[in-house]
Order: sequence, then C-alpha cells, then structure tokens
Amino acid sequence: MTTVFLTFILMLTIFLGFELINKVPATLHTPLMSGANAISGITLVGAISLAGNGQHNMTEWLGVAAVALATVNVVGGYMVTDRMLAMFKKKGS
Amino acid sequence: MDSLIQYSYVVAAALFIYGLKQLGSPATARRGNFISAVAMLLAVVAALLAQGIEYQWVALGMLVGAVIGGAAARMVQMTAMPEMVALFNGFGGLASLLVGWAALVPGSTTFTLVTIILSILIGGVTFTGSMIAYGKLSERIGSGAVLFNGQQVVNSLIVLGILAGSVMFCLEPDNHLWLYLVVALSLVFGVMAVIPIGGADMPVVISLLNSYSGLAACAAGFAVNNNILIVAGALVGASGIILTQIMCKAMNRSLANVLFSGFGSGKVEESAVEGEIKPINVEDAYYILEAASNVAIIPGYGMAVAQAQHVVKELAELLERNGAEVNFGIHPVAGRMPGHMNVLLAEADVPYDQLLEMDDINPRMEHVDVAIVIGANDVVNPAARENEGSPIYGMPVINVDKARTVFVLKRSMASGFAGIENPLFYKDNTRMLFGDAKESIGNLIREFSG
Repeated sequence: MTTVFLTFILMLTIFLGFELINKVPATLHTPLMSGANAISGITLVGAISLAGNGQHNMTEWLGVAAVALATVNVVGGYMVTDRMLAMFKKKGS
Repeated sequence: MDSLIQYSYVVAAALFIYGLKQLGSPATARRGNFISAVAMLLAVVAALLAQGIEYQWVALGMLVGAVIGGAAARMVQMTAMPEMVALFNGFGGLASLLVGWAALVPGSTTFTLVTIILSILIGGVTFTGSMIAYGKLSERIGSGAVLFNGQQVVNSLIVLGILAGSVMFCLEPDNHLWLYLVVALSLVFGVMAVIPIGGADMPVVISLLNSYSGLAACAAGFAVNNNILIVAGALVGASGIILTQIMCKAMNRSLANVLFSGFGSGKVEESAVEGEIKPINVEDAYYILEAASNVAIIPGYGMAVAQAQHVVKELAELLERNGAEVNFGIHPVAGRMPGHMNVLLAEADVPYDQLLEMDDINPRMEHVDVAIVIGANDVVNPAARENEGSPIYGMPVINVDKARTVFVLKRSMASGFAGIENPLFYKDNTRMLFGDAKESIGNLIREFSG
C-alpha cells in the first residue's frame, strides 16, 4: 500500500513542479537550474540512514561516500546560487 | 520520534515548493533560494534524528562534502558557471547511484529491486554524462560532437545489456554480478549519450542532466522508502524537463534531434551567399555609435570566452551618457547553459530590466540605429528566416539585420560552431569589426573618452 501512496505523491509533485517552473523568466534560468540542482542533493537524506547504520559493512561505506558527494551538491549548489542571485539588480538600485 | 521526523519532511516539502515559487521572480529569488536551503537543513536534521544513527562517519562525510562544495562555490569564476553546474550535478547523480546500491538488502521486494535499478541507472547516466559535459564545457576535452561508425549499434547493444542485466538482477538479486554489470553499463551509457552532442547544444544537455539528477533522487527515494526524496526529486525532474523543452523550442529542434543527430560535427556547407564582407575600423565605428540614439547589444558565447562582459557594460554606460537608449537582446540559447548571458551581465552590474528576451527586442529592432553583435552567430543568423535549405531554418532568431546598422564583433571569418554560413555578414547594413571582442570594445571606449 505504501507503494501506491508514494506513487500518488510522485504524480502530484510532477504536476506541481510543471506549474511552478513554467512561469520562471529567462533571466533566472541559470539560478533556477543551479538552485534545483542543490535540491536534487536531497538524496543526502536517504544516504544518512545508510551511512549511519553502524554495521561497518558495504552499505555503510557506500552510504558515507554518498553523504559526502550529496553534501558537495547541496552546499555548493546553494552557495553558488546565492552568489549569482546577489548580483541580479534592478535598474537604479 | 518517527512521526516527528515524518512531519518535519512535510514541512520541508512545503518550504521547497514555496522556495521554488519565490525563485520565479528576480525580486524574491534570493529569498526563495534561502527558503529552499532551510528546507534542506530541516530535512537533514530530521534524518539525523532517526533512531540508531551512528554519527561519526556521517559527520565525516558531511564535513568533507561541505568543505569541497563550499570552497568550489566561493572560488568559481562566473564565466566557469556552466561547468560548475555540470560538476555538482554529476556528484548528485553519483550519490543517488550509491544510495540505490546501498539500499539493496537480502529479501527486497521486486518493486524495491526495480527502483534500485532505476536509481543506479539514472544516477550513473547523470554522473558520467555530467562529467563529459563538464569536460566539454571547460574544454578539457574537445567540445565538438564525437561520431563514429557503428555508434548506433554500440549504443543499442549497451541498452540491451542494461535491460538484460536489470531483468536478471530482479530475478537473482543475490548474484551481485548483475548489479555490477548494470552499474558499469550505466556509467558507459552516460558517456555514450553525451559525446555525440556538440558544444552549442549544451544548454539542452545540461537542463536534461539536471532533470535526471532529480529523477535519480526520486528513484532512490522509492528504494529507501522516503517521501521527501520523492517530492524534492520530482520537483527537480519537472523543472529540468521544462527548461529542456524551452531550450529545444528556442532551437526549433526536437529533443531526439539534439540527442542523436550529432549536429555541428564539423561538416561545413559550401558558401552560396551573395555580397561581400565590409570590415570597419574602430574609429569609423565610433562615429556611427556616437550619432546613434538607439543601440541594441546582442551577446553570445564569444562574449563569455573573451570575458568581455565588464567592458560591454562600460560601453553601454558611455552610450547612455551620450543620450542613446541601450538594450540587450538575449536569445534563450545564447551561451552554454540556460540564462548564461544573464548571469554574466548581472556580474558586470547590468540591471536585469535592461536585458530583453528575444520576443521583446525583435519588434523594436526596426527602430534600432546600431545593433552590436558580440560573439553570437547562429542566434542572429537571418538564414533561419530566409533560407529553407539551411540546417537552422525555422529556428527563432534575433533579427539584428532589421536594424539600420549592424556591427559584428568577431575574431575572424572562420566558420561558427555549427559550420553554417551566416548571410548576416554579407548584408549591406553589416560592418565587421574584426579582433578580440574585449580589445575592440576597449578601443571603442577609449575613442569615447578621448
């Protein structure tokens, strides 16, 4: 049953995503992309439970590597997006 | 405790959605990104609160990742942004591959096995595909399309191998050979998928890989049964697909054509253009610009290569002080990623309301006295409008040839990326200002101040 619920969430989110992004102006396409890219680092949340299982097995090592990589994605992605957005200025301001 | 974690995920999802919504307008975008970062922090803290987590290795992984990511984000040059985005994207893909792999436990249901395979496959393609994109964008490897005989056969065999390996993995999950086979083939497939795509098509590739990284996280979410991964991953997947569509539409090509045709692999067509090239020197260009009351600047990838955005801004300011109206016309696929020109010009302090999209600048073009084309080629090629035989016929372009005078800043007459002849250079109202764009504009600025 969980599977059905998860699929249901997936379906709704995809439609929501289309609605959200459709109206973004071209000027913001790069920050949008790098901001979205940072969000895709959410896989970090999945990696944490695997990396912290405390069993010193294959799962743990794969998880730790995933944590490190996903954190690069998250931290780097948000910081670089912020750096870009800080540069966008309106005329006269 | 578990329900607290789950409710935190609900709040995080709401914040992600709200943050993305705020990213839709330049005035609120920075706050939107911050809200999205808060959502991420909340989700990560919630995940850390789960029972039985041993922290030392998790903390080490996060520390290493944060140091690398933070340092890279601080040090990267704005002109190197496309390859940076590709690189981060690749890391996210590899992380999803590893999560899918690590989620494999004895006795998994077939559904879980399928989602594991999907996160490995999409994550693997995202990883190596992004690395190749990174190599092409940073010109560590040639940026042209790589085509060879039998490419389609090789690719078909890889796809068949992935399919067969995936089916066998689901039937015999304890035999890790199948798992390794799928991991290896996914990585190879990512390379094969991106090498036939040339540098000028990178905006499409980079948007598509962005979408894949989200879908990989989404698949990993199914594999580890975590709904925040599914929600956030699907949002990214959808956003990447929309950007991909916008880019394809801006080139009047289907996604299939971009991915498989090997466009721009270097076949130069015979020149059949009438007219002659009329070069101009800096001094004459200055006199024309000095008299102009309406100037449009159309930048392309060449501006990024020459790092000319700051001098361009300086010239625009001088022209404005001289009483002219100055606008920038930005084609959706100018540069190497969506919105590339906008970021560079923002770095040079050009206000974003001075940057007009193609559909806004084209109707004004007839009133423009001088259109200055800086390192753009295909996106201003009138053949897209006039010549049905041209490979880019039908692509929407910025109609600079309708301006009274057109200056084209160009290094030499060497053919552009796609190897397509550009009749703009031969038009009566076009003047070619040869040389490095940054130097030429610098000389113009000196004429103005002198």
